[in-house]
Parts: sequence; structure tokens; C-alpha cells
Amino acid sequence: MRVSVTPEIVAAHGLKPDEYAHILRVLNREPNLTELGIFSAMWNEHCSYKSSRVWLRTMPTTGPQVVCGPGENAGVVDIGDGQVAIFKMESHNHPSFIEPYQGAATGVGGIMRDVFTMGARPVANLNALRFGAPDHARTRHLVYGVVAGIGGYGNCIGVPTVGGEVNFDAGYNGNILVNAMCIGIADASKVFYSTASGIGNPVVYVGSKTGRDGIHGASMASAEFDENSEEKRPTVQVGDPFTEKLLLEACLELMAGDAVIAIQDMGAAGLTCSAVEMASKGGLGLLLDLDKVPCREAGMTAYEMMLSESQERMLMVLHPDRTDAARAIFERWELDFAIVGETTDTGRFIIRHQGETVADLPVDVLAEQAPVYQRPWTPTPPAPYLPAKEIPDTDDLGATLARLMGGPHLASRRWIWEQYDHMVMGDTIQRPGGDAAVVRVHNSRKGIAATTDVTPRYCAAAPKEGGKQAIAEAFRNLCAVGAKPLAVTDCLNFGNPERPEIMGQFVGCIEGISEACIALDMPIVSGNVSLYNETSGVAIPPTPAIGAIGLLADVDKMATVAFKQDGDEIFVIGETQGHLGQSLYAREIAGRKDGAPPPVDLAAERRNGDFIRSQIIAGNVAAAHDISDGGLLVAIAEMALAGGLGCMLSLPRNAGPRHGFLFGEDQARYIACVSPQKAQAMIAAAQEKNVPVTRFGSVAGRDIVLDGKLVHSVAGLRSAHENWFPAYMEG
Amino acid sequence: MKARIHITLKKGVLDPQGKAIANALSHLGFDGVEEVRQGKYIEIDLADGDKAQARAKLDAMCAQLLANTVIENYTVELQA
Repeated sequence: MRVSVTPEIVAAHGLKPDEYAHILRVLNREPNLTELGIFSAMWNEHCSYKSSRVWLRTMPTTGPQVVCGPGENAGVVDIGDGQVAIFKMESHNHPSFIEPYQGAATGVGGIMRDVFTMGARPVANLNALRFGAPDHARTRHLVYGVVAGIGGYGNCIGVPTVGGEVNFDAGYNGNILVNAMCIGIADASKVFYSTASGIGNPVVYVGSKTGRDGIHGASMASAEFDENSEEKRPTVQVGDPFTEKLLLEACLELMAGDAVIAIQDMGAAGLTCSAVEMASKGGLGLLLDLDKVPCREAGMTAYEMMLSESQERMLMVLHPDRTDAARAIFERWELDFAIVGETTDTGRFIIRHQGETVADLPVDVLAEQAPVYQRPWTPTPPAPYLPAKEIPDTDDLGATLARLMGGPHLASRRWIWEQYDHMVMGDTIQRPGGDAAVVRVHNSRKGIAATTDVTPRYCAAAPKEGGKQAIAEAFRNLCAVGAKPLAVTDCLNFGNPERPEIMGQFVGCIEGISEACIALDMPIVSGNVSLYNETSGVAIPPTPAIGAIGLLADVDKMATVAFKQDGDEIFVIGETQGHLGQSLYAREIAGRKDGAPPPVDLAAERRNGDFIRSQIIAGNVAAAHDISDGGLLVAIAEMALAGGLGCMLSLPRNAGPRHGFLFGEDQARYIACVSPQKAQAMIAAAQEKNVPVTRFGSVAGRDIVLDGKLVHSVAGLRSAHENWFPAYMEG
Repeated sequence: MKARIHITLKKGVLDPQGKAIANALSHLGFDGVEEVRQGKYIEIDLADGDKAQARAKLDAMCAQLLANTVIENYTVELQA
């Protein structure tokens, strides 16, 4: 294209003047427009992690269970018997805000491609969603579209959506978060990476044709919204799950042989990022001939082809003598297959189009010399401890419990997960609604447990404790089903990193996450960073969403949250201090949004988590539940609702303020239900391990009763709990 | 007054359904089908009244419900 590059064009590509000066210096000439587009795609925040990279490097990413950590399409962990789990969580926030159905759908499609690119068959999807306040004008429309989009894509491709979480908060009014996670299973000997090798090997394009979809979507994802963001709409891409299903089967069929040297999903900034990353990791050059790229529309320019984000596409480097066999596989699945280039030894990324060289750039500069910023940051001021005595107790315990259980934070998410096919593939052992979802590893007794967690209000009040808590809660959710936690993927959603207070939130959360990952032996193996989540200068609450997986050696030794039978004794595992700061009780009932969140004692988390898991595996536990949002009484109510049974509770003598004991959100706690015959054994084991155990009552009847007084009937609580979501969506 | 509304995907937006129709046609042996784009057609009966007002009302219906203007275009025909 014969367009000369002006400062306005540079700015429109999201490059800062000093970044452009760096380009001029390394090229020793002006880039043309196509080259500028390639730089802007490679060097934007989304691809280059330029604001976050110095901090990401500090995070723990290794362990004996880790086969492949961050840097590939997804993380790989050992699950024994020559098998690996491959998983990742990724954001699709901005596209979902603009077009909720397609934005969420393509988010799901993209994360599944990340997993099967590496040779794994996807077996479970999860989603961490954050919406604005329920009464905000756009929230209902966004919830409707996002949930339908997730279901639409996942259900069509036939992978179960088994879990996730949903928050509503006014802080997300202008920027919702859609974080999609996918888990796949592969043979350890059949994992594929994105490092190209060999000279003169064919570079092959497979999947759908390239259209003008999402041009500059990746750059959009790194720019703040303003009042004119409506005009950015045509960049949203449309997903086609049926084509993705064909691509999945074709890729796995090809991978059963030995044709593939390297493979990379075309995600953000499609052809550009995938080609540069494969060449860069192999220390090679790469030649692309755009005349060979399958196009959906006539007259596409080199610029458009290089930046298109059309979905359901992959780029591969194949062994030359296997190319014909590979072509036959893809043509049988009715997918495009085109040799679009070759690997070279020049170290340069050269693009030809219509007989001309339209770009000639050094691969290492594009991939490795992206700017890296040590952004200035200011720590979040510490929030003062908020004692329970400063918050009034409730005089109607039943009404308070019903208000919490029937409000937007804790109400049943059935309306959402009923739209997802959570049983397809036939291996879903624990369905949505428990602590963690569990899917059986097909043809085995093993199970993979999975959960997504973060408590943004904690992160906003105290980023480091909030970061620790996100990992600790994920750890607890896995332990509470009886799984051994393995590893973590993180999706770090924050505001504008150029503001020191936002960067301070980011740094604090990273420090907390890292500390907890080390203490709980859950290394980070994959993830992504989504910054600039703000509208008109108002940032989202810091939201480092954590996706974690664990392993059950035997799915028959799994716990669920449901009360099982009358007479089972109810114990609280872990210490209750009655910490109400940043609790749902303080915020929703007492209207207090100040105060420090509950501190996280990682040694206690480890000790109590290992204890509950060992008791589940030993068969001593009839039901188990982690205590988190809403505190002890909410956790009890959830177990009662799941089992359709009530309980007789009695406040322990040394409980402290009643509302602190019942609604405090102290960490490192679980509820365990144990049959009377096994109670002594469990108490003895707890004493041996120094784990605090408090008897709180027993399963009985159809009501929740405390100290002889009715708190609430389970049936009445159920209608409050189940009705909020459908009633809200009907508006 | 009868309104006929055609809703089609914007130029360049991927049309998986159209693609599926094109595939099915070629499987059935119809040669020479190069591309299929599909959309929807809606008829609305309106109480008689001012045409300009009716048109404005139909535009609002399309923008708010009938079409997803992020990825779709619409045309409105009005017949007395």
C-alpha cells in the first residue's frame, strides 16, 4: 500500500512515539503500512505483555508436575499413567462487551483451540464472568448474550461447560469480564509445541478462510473504551463452532502421525502472531506468500490478511514428505489446506503479495524486542481492620440469611448452567453447583477437578491478601472434593497500567498469588493479562481470576457439598475468628464497604486442606464444603439446599460475636459432615495434625435450626435462592 | 399498513449458516454455487397512520430488537 506513515497513523495503531522511534532505529528506514500493522499487533499490550512482563517473570512456574509452563499455547501438567492435562484461561472482555454473543462464543472457541493445538482433546470448559450492577441498563442484555454465546459454542462443539463463577458489581458497568478456561487431556508422548525447526519446511494454513474479521481486535483489546467505542463495532468476529469441531478432529487425526513439526493457533492478530512466534521460537526466518492464503472476500490487502482475526484457523510447520497425507486429512474434513510459505535461515519475516515484497522485518525484533516497561506503581493504602463489634448483629437471622442467599452474589446460577450442556461426553462426575467440577479421565478411575476463583472486593481492599485468597480459595475448592491441587492458570484483569495506583494493584495481586502458589504447591502454567479495562477513567476492581485443576486418583472417593442423612455430625474445620471486614454481610446487610479483607494464613490453608482431603480419601467424610463468600451459615445453607435436608446447630461456647461467627469470612475453613460412627476417628486425626475442629451440630429435619430456634426452612430458602436469577432475567 | 423487513449480515461478516447451505447444495449435486448468504425476512402489520412516523417506529424496532446492528443490516419496505 502506498500510504506514507504519519504520526496520526502511528498513534491510531496504538504505538507511542518512542516505540515508533525504536522501530525506525532497528529498521533504519520507515516501515510501510503493512509493516506498521505487524509491529502494532506484535507490540501491543495483548501480545507483548509490555507492562506486565517484568512482574510475570517473578511468578512460580515450575514443579515436578509441570511438563510445560507459560509461553506455549497452554500449560501442560502430568496426571500420571503417561497422560497430561493441558489447560489455560483467557480473557475475551472487550469483544464480549461490544457483541456479547459472538464475543463470548469466540472466546470459548479461542481457548479450546489453544488446548487442542497442543494435541489434547478438550474435556471441560469453565467460565469466570463479571457483570455490572444488576440494575445497570446494559447488564441484563450482556448476561443474556454472553451466556447464550458460551452455551452456543460449547454445546455445538460437544465439550461440556462444567463450572465457573459469576459476579455482579457496579465496577464492571462499563467493562464486563469474560474469562474462558478449557482443559484437555493428551498422551504425554503426543504433546505438540510451537517451535518451528528445519529450513525449507512448508508453512501450512488450515481451517477456515480469512475474511476481514476483527481487524485490529488485539489492538482494540489494549485500548481504553471511550464514549465513541460503539464505532469500533465492525471489528467483532463471528464464530463457527461446527468448523471448529472439524478442525479439532482433523488436527487430532493429523497429530496421531508424525507430520507436525510445530503448530500454533491463529488467535489475536492471527497470521502475524502465529507466524512470528513459531519462527522466533525456532530461531528461524519465515517466508509467507499471501497469494496462497484462502480468502473469503475478494480484494483483501496484505495489511488486512496479516491482521485478520478470522476464527477457526491454524498455522503449522510440517515435514515436507508428509504434506500430501496431511492435505488429504484436511480435505476429507472439508477444511482449507494451503501451503503458504516456508521456513528460512534468514531470521527475517518476509511477506510476498501479488509479486511484491510487502514486508521484510527481523523476526527477533518483532518477537523479543517489544518494549518492556517498568511502570511506576504506588501500593494500595492498607485498609484498617474492621472489628465485628462495629457492625450490628441482625435481629432476624432467617431474613438476613434469605436476603444473602437470594441476592445477586449468592443466588443459584442454575439459570446460567442449565443453558450449558454440562453432561456431554459422559464423564461429568460433579456438575455445576458444587465446590469444584469433576470430570472423569475417560476409561479410567481418575478424575480432574476444576474451579475458577477470585474475590475482587478483597483484591480492591488489599491486593496482596486478595491475590493470596484467590489461590487459597481455588486450593480449598479442589481439596473439598478430595482432589490434590496440581497447577494454576491465571487471567489477570486490571485497569490502565499507566496509572500508578492500578499498577500497584497489579503488583500487589501478583505478589500475593506468587506467595500462595509456592506455599500451596500450585505453580502457574499458563494465563493471560487483560489491561486497560476501564471506561472514561474508571477502572474495574482488580480481578486476577484463577483457574485451577486438581487430580483425584479415584472418582469414587470424591466428596460433594450435599447433606447426606439425618444424624451426620457437622464440624467446622479450621479456626473461626469472626472476621467481617469485606464480608458479604458487612457490605450487603450492614452497608459497610470499608475494612481489611480476611487475612490468609497459608500454612493453615495447607494443613487444613491436606487434612480434609486425606479424610475424604479415607472415607470418613459424608459431605464437605469450603467456607468462603457469605461465611459459615451460608455454607451450611448451601449444603442443606443441595441435600434437601435441614440441621440442628448450636453456637459453640467461645464463638464470640454471633454475626462474626456465622457470617465472618475467615479463610482456611471447611465444613465436614461425618457419620457418628466415624466422628471420633476424624477428631483424633485432626488433633494429631493440629487442625482445629469445632462441632457445630448435626443434620436433621427439613429446617435450619440454631440453638433451638428456627432460622429458616430449607424449602423457603430454596425458593429465595432459585428465584432470583430467573426473575431478574425476565426483568 | 404492511412492513416487509429484510435483515442480512453486513458485508464481510462470516455467515456459517450460509456456508452450510452452500455445502449442502453442492453435496446435493447443484453445480456452480459460489457463495450463499442468508438472512431473515419479517412482516409486520401496523395500524394505519402517518408513514414517516411508522418508518421511524420500524427503524427503532430494528435497532432495538429485530436486527443485531453490530453485525447486521436491515431494509424496511412499507406498503399502504
